[in-house]
Amino acid sequence: MTGKPRRVVVTSPRTAAARRPRHPLTREIDEQTRLGEVYMRSLVRTQFRLALFVCTLLACLVGGLPLLFLLVPDLRSAQLLGLPLPWVVLAGLIYPAFIAGAWLYVWQAERNERDFADLVERQ
Amino acid sequence: MSIAAIVVVALATILIGAFGIRMSRTTSDFYVASRTVSPLWNASAIGGEYLSAASFLGIAGLLITYGADMLWLPVGWTGGYLVLLVLVSAPLRRSGAYTLPDFAEARLESMAVRRVSSVLVVLIGWFYLMPQIQSAGLVFRTITGAPEWAGGLVVAAVVAANVLSGGMRSITFVQAFQYWLKLTALAVPLVFMLLAWRSDGFPGLPPGDPWALPLHGREHPLYETYSLILATFLGTMGLPHVLVRFYTNPDGRAARRTTLVVLTLLGAFYLMPAIYGYLGRVYGLPATDTVVLSLPGRLIGGMGGDLLTALITAGAFAAFLSTSSGLTVSVAGVIAQDILRGGVRSFRVATILAVVVPFALAGTARSLPVATVVGLAFAVAASSFCPLLVLGIWWRRLTTVGAMSGLLLGGGLACAAVLATITGGPDTGWMGALLSQPAAWTVPVSFTVMVVVSLLTQSRVPPGVARTMVRLHTPETLNLDRGDWRPRSL
Repeated sequence: MTGKPRRVVVTSPRTAAARRPRHPLTREIDEQTRLGEVYMRSLVRTQFRLALFVCTLLACLVGGLPLLFLLVPDLRSAQLLGLPLPWVVLAGLIYPAFIAGAWLYVWQAERNERDFADLVERQ
Repeated sequence: MSIAAIVVVALATILIGAFGIRMSRTTSDFYVASRTVSPLWNASAIGGEYLSAASFLGIAGLLITYGADMLWLPVGWTGGYLVLLVLVSAPLRRSGAYTLPDFAEARLESMAVRRVSSVLVVLIGWFYLMPQIQSAGLVFRTITGAPEWAGGLVVAAVVAANVLSGGMRSITFVQAFQYWLKLTALAVPLVFMLLAWRSDGFPGLPPGDPWALPLHGREHPLYETYSLILATFLGTMGLPHVLVRFYTNPDGRAARRTTLVVLTLLGAFYLMPAIYGYLGRVYGLPATDTVVLSLPGRLIGGMGGDLLTALITAGAFAAFLSTSSGLTVSVAGVIAQDILRGGVRSFRVATILAVVVPFALAGTARSLPVATVVGLAFAVAASSFCPLLVLGIWWRRLTTVGAMSGLLLGGGLACAAVLATITGGPDTGWMGALLSQPAAWTVPVSFTVMVVVSLLTQSRVPPGVARTMVRLHTPETLNLDRGDWRPRSL
């Protein structure tokens, strides 16, 4: 035991070396640096996932209906409010469903873009 | 009275066209003006151009012929905009492309792909125009008793005069008005007919009428239903006259909002043809494309019936003229620029070509229901431009060779099937089903070929793809380098 270690006064923190000069992220994207590419790919991937999600829902609905009519023949002649069920769905209810899906998509896609813009412009 | 309606619509179209020359002297005036157009006006204009004779007359006719499976046609023609919205609308607007060949050139940096796209645009345009002209002939004959070519000639002549004078198409307002005219022309008679139906005591179909049931009435109903779904949902994004309208949105965000409004407007319109078809069946009308025209006379009759028939006739001719004008401008623009030398003289020659060829086809091809042939044009678009747009926007590894092979093989096979069907190919058996509803096999072929060939030719990825992705996907508010490509159409 040789007593307390000597106290050292730090006079010049090497902050300049620790932090590399920062470019705004827009410049990283413009110069197609690795970092810029990572941000671009993440934007495209987020938007693509959203698009794929909506398309999958749509495919299940639209692709599923003929299959449902094939596998459950009773549905073909079922009645809803005195009208044939396939007509109620295909000539009526499916349109508001499309519009609702589109509205949700627009809302989420715009949010993704706002998030991306905030991220890129924050620095 | 219906003849008067036709004359009024044709005259109004010509007059507005002539007036439009003064309003929009150059194309750039049009763009500057259109940038201030709100999504509702823009969407009405898209709807006005999109709702053709196939929607206005054809759906009800096909419904009576084949029954409930045909309900998928209007569903697909609306749902196509949902697919377009999520997969292409904003990036397409941001690409700055004015036509589909422009997009091909911008994304793939290849003139060869551009030329192949141009040929496909012209073919799709002709396949789409031909049934419009045939249908005009049919309506004209029903009303006046004139031979079929006469009505087609009227439409072809008015459209050519209009496009040559440079009016009509350039004014968003006119196309927007066409949507509301078509909506009114179906909705007002429908209200009166529903009242007549009520006073008749709501006659319905005999219980268990197989006509009202899905998967019925054709030889291979399941295959044909799925093929129709694929063609309509994926074909909408590849129609040449629809894409142009997206350019008039100020930015990608507005393009999305416009598409949302389009979906709403089309949904409202497409509620009606199904009711026309249902009433037509209940009242036992013959299965032709003119069923929409003959319903008011059957249900209401007298002076009121004549007036309503005249209103529907006006709407039908508005449908012929607006869709045909939009298609003719798109086709003529592509012929003038990519096939002829460009400039005003080329555009005039191209306009004549764009109208005369489908007019000649309409006379020689056999007479199929209008919605069937328009469905075939959708199948070609779905097997060529849909993969090009979807892969081009979302997949960096698409190569020039891959895109080219997919366009040639998918588009080529679909075109061959269409030609076989309209010239009188087999109508029955599996061969008939495969040729008359080709999308179920040509769309997968096209996608597969594009992906596989691209993976095999990774050395041919366009060099500017990273910059193009920035251009396609980043919101315009960000100050980024998006490259300096500009469409040559401007």
